Amino acid sequence: MNKLLIFGMLAAALPGAEKQSPFESRIDFVPQGRIDELVSAQWKRLAIQPPRLCSDAVYVRRAYLDATGTLPTAEETSAFLADSSPSKRAALIDKLLEREEFAGYWAMKWSDLLRIKAEFPINLWPNAAQAYYNWLRSALREGKPYDQFARELLTASGSNFRSAPANFYRAMQNKEPGGIAETVALTFLGSRFDKWPAGRQAGMAAFFSQVGYKETGEWKEEIVFFDPARKAGAPVFPDGTPARIAPGQDPRQVFAEWLVSPRNGAFSAAIVNRIWYWLLGRGIVQEPDDLRADNPPENPELLAFLQRELVASHYDLKHIYRLILNSGVWQLSSIAPSDAHFAAYPLRRLDAEVLIDAIDQITGTSETYTSSIPEPYTFMPDFQRAIALPDGSIGSSFLEEFGRPPRDTGLESERNNRITDAQRLHMLNSSHVQRKIQQSPKLQAMMRDIRNPQELVKQIYLTILSRPPSEEEWKLVAAHSQNGNVRGQAAVVDLVWALFNSTEFLYRH
Amino acid sequence: MRMLPITRREFFGAAGLTFAAIPGGAQTGANSKAKSVIQIWMWGGPAHLDTFDPKPEAGSDYCGPLDRPIETNVKGIRISELLPLLAKQADKYSLIRSMTHGVNAHETASYTVQTGRLSGGHDVYPSVGAVVSLFKGYSAGYKGLIPPYIVLTQPQGRFSEAGFLGSRYKPFATGGDPAQARFAVEGVVAQGITDQRQRDRRTYLHQMDTLAQAMRGDSEVDAMEETEKQAYELILGDAGKVFDLSQEKDEMRDLYGRTTFGQSCLVARRLVERGVPYVTINYQGGWDTHKQNFQVMRQRLPQMDKGLSALLQDLSNRGLLDSTIVWWNGEFGRTPKVDWGAPWNGGRGHWGAVFSALLAGGGFKGGQVVGASDARGEEVKSRPVYPADLIGSIYRQLGIDPAGQLPHPAGVPTRITPTAAEGLPVAGLLKELV
Repeated sequence: MNKLLIFGMLAAALPGAEKQSPFESRIDFVPQGRIDELVSAQWKRLAIQPPRLCSDAVYVRRAYLDATGTLPTAEETSAFLADSSPSKRAALIDKLLEREEFAGYWAMKWSDLLRIKAEFPINLWPNAAQAYYNWLRSALREGKPYDQFARELLTASGSNFRSAPANFYRAMQNKEPGGIAETVALTFLGSRFDKWPAGRQAGMAAFFSQVGYKETGEWKEEIVFFDPARKAGAPVFPDGTPARIAPGQDPRQVFAEWLVSPRNGAFSAAIVNRIWYWLLGRGIVQEPDDLRADNPPENPELLAFLQRELVASHYDLKHIYRLILNSGVWQLSSIAPSDAHFAAYPLRRLDAEVLIDAIDQITGTSETYTSSIPEPYTFMPDFQRAIALPDGSIGSSFLEEFGRPPRDTGLESERNNRITDAQRLHMLNSSHVQRKIQQSPKLQAMMRDIRNPQELVKQIYLTILSRPPSEEEWKLVAAHSQNGNVRGQAAVVDLVWALFNSTEFLYRH
Repeated sequence: MRMLPITRREFFGAAGLTFAAIPGGAQTGANSKAKSVIQIWMWGGPAHLDTFDPKPEAGSDYCGPLDRPIETNVKGIRISELLPLLAKQADKYSLIRSMTHGVNAHETASYTVQTGRLSGGHDVYPSVGAVVSLFKGYSAGYKGLIPPYIVLTQPQGRFSEAGFLGSRYKPFATGGDPAQARFAVEGVVAQGITDQRQRDRRTYLHQMDTLAQAMRGDSEVDAMEETEKQAYELILGDAGKVFDLSQEKDEMRDLYGRTTFGQSCLVARRLVERGVPYVTINYQGGWDTHKQNFQVMRQRLPQMDKGLSALLQDLSNRGLLDSTIVWWNGEFGRTPKVDWGAPWNGGRGHWGAVFSALLAGGGFKGGQVVGASDARGEEVKSRPVYPADLIGSIYRQLGIDPAGQLPHPAGVPTRITPTAAEGLPVAGLLKELV
């Protein structure tokens, strides 16, 4: 049959094809809350015109990926797009913050920061890593107040197997007082210890000078304990105030009280800045874990507002997520001349774990996750999600290739999401990805069940890109299909392959 | 992120590394005879007594049934009777029989041998391959289309990685098996997809990338374009043909042995011929011989003998040996005294106190023996060589000053190779081999 004729038929049959960009809504940015006011005040000063808010299709994808590290299914996307409620965006955020994947995805991020790993160079040992991870994930699921979360980690004692948070003191290479202080400063103050004056370093290290470690009769069990027999130093809080420790008191308790006090702005600034960085791609202070006097926030009022909100909500992290995810700033389109000053949503490559989970979800295939140390090897069951791996020693070559952090240091910069040649080769041409597409049970079921070629292509688009195809894209799909057989195996494989390799799929946008 | 040019800072990731360290590191007071390294990594730790440091005089509790070492073509150097082909090439390589670090666990010893440092400090240091990739790769003007740091065929994981240098300096692991009819390098060679279909798909991809079309000029979109171009140079261009062993004559392939290791050696030669600065052959040959050591040796050493001797011969014939360092060793040696009891039945344990390394080409002298172990191969007898001494010597031959600086992510001054202050002693570069 004449190819042109087929295009004509397809195009004519299109149901109300979108004329407009699939990425932008028709809604202009209007400040909706305090975040929007504070950010847009800066735009006004700098004469920046923000883009429009993103389309519903972009929104649903962005919300799922940012809040839960999980791609929405075609059904979830369709339901959201069909919903005509004016408050559906806020309702979606409320729903996502209660999903199990919310706890899973943020437990993954926190596992990076806390370096949860069984072997090398952090040596927690597998069952201690699992215990620690489970504690962490429960804390995030239950919405444990962040001040309590920090206090429990900092004051923990006991067995690595039975007192999970005690692993905080084991998940570092350097367990000398100075090394512990460095880790605590990075984790909870977002501060690089090596940039502190020596006196301040010594003062902080003294809080950890009586942390003891001992083995037990059980294989690989280790006890973390307060050891008054060790020499106590002269502890000084990071703000320069000397600390008073009562006789027999564990100085870690005193430090924890100081740290989580509402008066300690350094504590709240570090965490709200991190959450902002995680959701917007750039910290109000950048790097997000390099807070110091000579690295000022880009928008001090915004930082202060989020800190006040955190304290007023009794350190409820979900409250901060909700504030940011409901802001107009977070809903801006990516299509803008510049994303500086948060005046557009920046393109960011999907995290390694999120990317492979998305591919698995779309194709209905599974990965093998293993740890080869120690023997016998660990193998995770089929359909394990990468974002929910409990231990950094368990992984795959894909995760390594795509920049999963090694969990050596807890620095945010360990996660590298910049695209590389080798990653492109893998996505474009590896037997791994090729096999997943060709042998996908989900795609085969779709091809079997959906007789109408337009409907099939629409379903593929919704599944992979969380939106229906545009009229132009319809035509391209038909043109690429040999003999116009859009439903043929080769055509479907090529379409899925092309969408997997698109910027729209590989990036958060 | 839009409209921001890719700065060097971003290029290195967000950590703020700078290039400042590179010129000093790359040039000061160093030779540069060598251009490439082929590292033959003997994961598991092969027994020094059964390879390059035989001890027949120690008796059968030490040498087992391998009690007849053979003379080489260099007078006075004897090696294992299972290495007859390498025995004819001893003039091309030197042996170090006094390697030592005292680390007896695979992962920590692997790290130490390939970084020169003990594990457990604050930082994870880059391996030799990553350091060479830093100083000889793209940031140093390497223009090749093949990635500058290749591993044949499976990655080693964390022990030979980029450490704090970040993922840009990670090796490209080929996957696949060069001993198969077609070496299916993962990502480069796709089975069952014709070049025509590849080209059609590429056009299709460009048409279908709607977001990229809407965001031209964004630095991430630019990076997507650039990486795609590079990828297709390997998929469709001539560059990927380096992995196509059908371009070699059958006799040449036979010379190397039709084993995964032998053909990996052949691929390594093809890679350095095209200027790739660092190739690791990750030889997972079952060298961790806790049990039945001698059966494994009889089975595996002939493969190694064939592949490695062919590589040395071929490099030499092509005039490439002068510019190519060949470096062979595992993470440690093995217990000199054989454990004959069940369940080991003639096994050897881990031995970090002393082990052997082989070094050839790149301006290193051949036909020498550096250092010695004691009569039973249990301790270093003379001239200890620590990993940093060996690694530093390799750097020097490549024109990288071992006393130069690495770009540490927090700006901490960091030497390329450690001094004794970092924990392991230093016994000096291998001046006797240059």
